[in-house]
Parts: sequence; C-alpha cells; structure tokens
Amino acid sequence: MKKEISEFTEELAANGGSSATLCYQCGTCTLKCPSAKLMTSLRPAHLMRASLLGLKDEALNVDALWQCTTCYTCVEWCPSNVQVVDVITALRNIIVANGDLYENHKKVAQSLIKNGHTVENNDKIKVLRKGLGLPENPETVMDNAAAKADFDKVINLTKFTELVNQ
Amino acid sequence: MKKYAFFLGCIAPLRYPGIEKSTREVFKALGVELVDLKGTNCCPAPGVIKSFSKATWLAAAARNLALAEKAGLDIVTICNGCYGSLFDAAHELHEDKDMLKDVNKILAEIGLKYSGETKVRHFAEVLYKEVGIEKIKEAVKKPAGYNVAAFYGCHFLKPSKLKQLDDSESPKILDDLIEAVGAKSVLRKHKVKTMCCGAGGGLRSQFGETSLKFTKANLEIMRNGGAEMIVDVCPFCHLQFDAGQKDSGFAFPVLHLSQLYGIAMGMDAKNLGINAHITPVKL
Repeated sequence: MKKEISEFTEELAANGGSSATLCYQCGTCTLKCPSAKLMTSLRPAHLMRASLLGLKDEALNVDALWQCTTCYTCVEWCPSNVQVVDVITALRNIIVANGDLYENHKKVAQSLIKNGHTVENNDKIKVLRKGLGLPENPETVMDNAAAKADFDKVINLTKFTELVNQ
Repeated sequence: MKKYAFFLGCIAPLRYPGIEKSTREVFKALGVELVDLKGTNCCPAPGVIKSFSKATWLAAAARNLALAEKAGLDIVTICNGCYGSLFDAAHELHEDKDMLKDVNKILAEIGLKYSGETKVRHFAEVLYKEVGIEKIKEAVKKPAGYNVAAFYGCHFLKPSKLKQLDDSESPKILDDLIEAVGAKSVLRKHKVKTMCCGAGGGLRSQFGETSLKFTKANLEIMRNGGAEMIVDVCPFCHLQFDAGQKDSGFAFPVLHLSQLYGIAMGMDAKNLGINAHITPVKL
C-alpha cells in the first residue's frame, strides 16, 4: 500500500502536480469554484486531498476531473499556493494515459493531429475569409505542407498520435 | 512603430475571421505593425490538448515560440486561450532550464532552437500599455455609445501572480478600454462579477449542457446590470456567448474588442465580419 501511494505521488509530480502536497484542506478552492457552484461533481478540495494522501482511485475521478474549465479562480484564492489547475491537469494526463478518454475530446485531439488546429476550415468560412480580403486558409500549418510536416514530427516525438488512438 | 508577431490561433481565423480582420485594421490604424507568423500551429489548446499530454502541449507551444524568436519578435495573441497557453509555456521554459533542454532536443529535429526569451502579449494589454488610452481616444471617429458588459474571460488576467496585469477580482483594464471609445461599461462597479464563460477545459466539447449553465449565469448578470451588448477579448468566449444564446431568451450582440474598436474608428461593420455572427448584431 505504502509503495503504491508513493508511486502515485511520484507519477503526479512527474506530470506537474507536486504542489498538491501544500494543501491543508481549508476548502477555499471548492467554495470559489464556479463549477462546484453549479453543482457539477467537481470539488477541487476533494481532489487535492486525495492527491496529497496518494489515494489514487479517489484522485482519478474521471467525471469530476473533466468538470473543470481551468478558470484559475481556485489558484487565485488558494492561501497555500497550490497550483490546483496544474494538479487537475496532471491527474487528467494520468487518466488519459490509462486510456480513459471521452469521444468528443478525442475528436478535438484528432483534429489537431490532422489539421494542426483544433478546428477545421470549411466552405462557409473560406467564403467569409475571401470576402474580408483574407486568404481562404490562414497562413499557418494549414497552408504550408513543410510546416505541417515539422509539426507532425514534434507531436510524434512526444507520442501524441499513439496516445489519442490507443 | 511597435511591431509584433501576430499569432492567429484556431477559433479566430477558422470560426470568426472578422476578429482577425478587425485586429489587423485596428492595429494598423493605431500605428502597431503586425507581422504574420507563418506556419504556426494551434497554441495548443490548454483545455483538451494540455490535459491529454503536457509533453505534447509544451513541445508544440515551444515550436510557436521558437518561430517568433527566429523572426526576432514578441508574440501578440487575440485569444485568451492562446495567451494562456503560450504565456504558460514561455514561463515554464524560461524558469526551468532542464525542461528547455528537453524541448530543444525535439526542436532540433526540425531545425529550430529556442532560447526561452520570447515574450507573449495579449492584444488588449498591448492596446492598454503600448498604445495607451489617450491615443485610442484620439482615433475615435464615431463614439460607440452602447451600454456594454465587459467580459474578461479567465486566461487574460489569471493566474494573476504570473500575468501581473490587473486585479483579477475587480479588474479595470477592459472597462477602461471599452470606455475609451465612448461606450459605458455597465458592470464596472457591479457587486456581482461575471465568471468563466463555461467553454474552457474541454467542457464545451464534451459537456455542452453544463458549459451553457456558466454562460446563462453570466447572461443574467449582464441583463441585471443593464447591458445591451457583450464585449469580449477571446474568440472562444465569443463563440460561447454568440452560439450559446440560441434558444436561451437572450440575444445580446457579441463583439470582440477589436470589432468594437473598428466600429468606433469609423470602419465599415461589414468589413469587420460582424454580419457573420450567429446572434444578429444590429447597431
């Protein structure tokens, strides 16, 4: 049990969530969280508690973790400098690496792989852009095969395609 | 003349090209040169992409930062998401030399190098600090006499310890920028402040209904405050309000600050892409 706890704490820290250990459970993050106010399942203080105690199953609460909009209100108010959003992001990285992905998030990630952008261009937008005197495609990776090949290399070196299509 | 690398991102060029166009026109008129940073990729989006893989997020952001460094320019963004993402990545790579070294191993594979010095600016911050309220006032040809709900969004000011632009609980930058062109910022001294629009963090794409609860809470604050229009500084918040008002009983016109400025500076509304919004903008 002890070994499992320390392994999880290390995994969390490796993903950028080490500041959870600074939490002394005052509950301010939950009090200020707009998502919690709207009665979603997210209670940031619960996630911080589970994270600092190394309670993996409790911390990796998939539904709660994805109710965070990353608004940073918790970080603004935290009296102990816990980087709550970074901890939530680290926990999300862990659940995604475990293969637990929502279909619509997967689509966003697949669009990034395909287009280098999280959204695609379409005919309506192309007409609109042309009418405004802008090129039909923005002059980004979308309009530049060499740049797109470089981008592909960058995300493949970090194994993104494997992660998304696991 | 001040000069920046113009970072387009995704939602502005691919959903609201009027925002891209307005920014180009307004900055030109105010004497700020925007140089197109060609071949960039998505910032990448802090919601889904950073949540999937911090390593991919950092490396892809570093590619954008390195392209700006190669051009010898600091970046200006027109989106809170891009600003949040690129600012955070630049900060982490500036502070953590080991992380920078690892990222450079990846960038070396595509012939790029990043030294960790690119500065990332938000367009509203550039307007406020570099152009200045006085110069903006001088450029007004047709005062925009509307009652406006200023919508800051989240990643423009937060985390405020890092961004150091304004007090995130009672900010004034955007209120000042809106009033500089003749509008009234009706929520300036309002006790109940607006909150997150609900789009971020992957909520809009996967949990649309929950995400719209955030939007509705904001719309009620705006109505109670006497607003007749929403002015934002982020295409993602813009999309959330513009599309999210459908069948809601609300119909506030939604303008990006650059579009409000375009109108006040006498530009043709059609040339600012305002006619393409989902919630009709009748001025």
